Amino acid sequence: MDIRVQEGPFAQGEELDAFAKGRPDVGAVVSFTGLVRDLAPDPMKHMEIEHYPGMTERAITTIAEEAQQRWSLADVLVIHRYGRLRPGDTIMMVATASRHRADAFAAAEFLMDYLKSRAPFWKKEVTGDDAEWVAAKDEDEAALDRWTPRD
Amino acid sequence: MIDVMYFAWVRERIGLPRETVETTATTVAELVEELKAREERYAMAFSDISALRVAVDQELTDFDAPLARAREVAFFPPMTGG
Repeated sequence: MDIRVQEGPFAQGEELDAFAKGRPDVGAVVSFTGLVRDLAPDPMKHMEIEHYPGMTERAITTIAEEAQQRWSLADVLVIHRYGRLRPGDTIMMVATASRHRADAFAAAEFLMDYLKSRAPFWKKEVTGDDAEWVAAKDEDEAALDRWTPRD
Repeated sequence: MIDVMYFAWVRERIGLPRETVETTATTVAELVEELKAREERYAMAFSDISALRVAVDQELTDFDAPLARAREVAFFPPMTGG
């Protein structure tokens, strides 16, 4: 398991190559990359991502361990940035490696759903003279329901 | 003594990222009441706790969680990672 919380950029292609390399037992690698998008009516100057040092790494590790318990995974990679980012920049990536693709796909979705609302990051969009905290969406919280086992 | 931390707009409303608080509170909710009684900026930040989340010693928990032996309590809005 490789969990990184960092301010600087990362090269997603190189990360993915390194992650997939030298694993004869792995038949599937699934990855997701999150980018800073700019959909606001006023063009965004930059995004500011705040996090809770210490808790962030712990929370992501807990989520990744949960994924490893639920699915058969050879490895998990999570890189999440904080600090000042510009539209088009990569914010984060997750990658999962497994023998078969079904586990790799499901685990990657699970990781993304939980990272969105259970990892302590907060995004702020800075436009011309304004700055606004991004509000959490109800649908992000609802997305967690599908992973909750039903009795 | 307990370290209290604030993030995102909670930090901005209260005006500081962390402080050490002398408290007799036994639950998170009691600590919130003590803080609200201090000053208007705290009362404003905690006016609607349904809009807030809390972590005790870096674990997400509820407002009725006990504070026994807690070293660090953090208040923040719902997270927006990913």
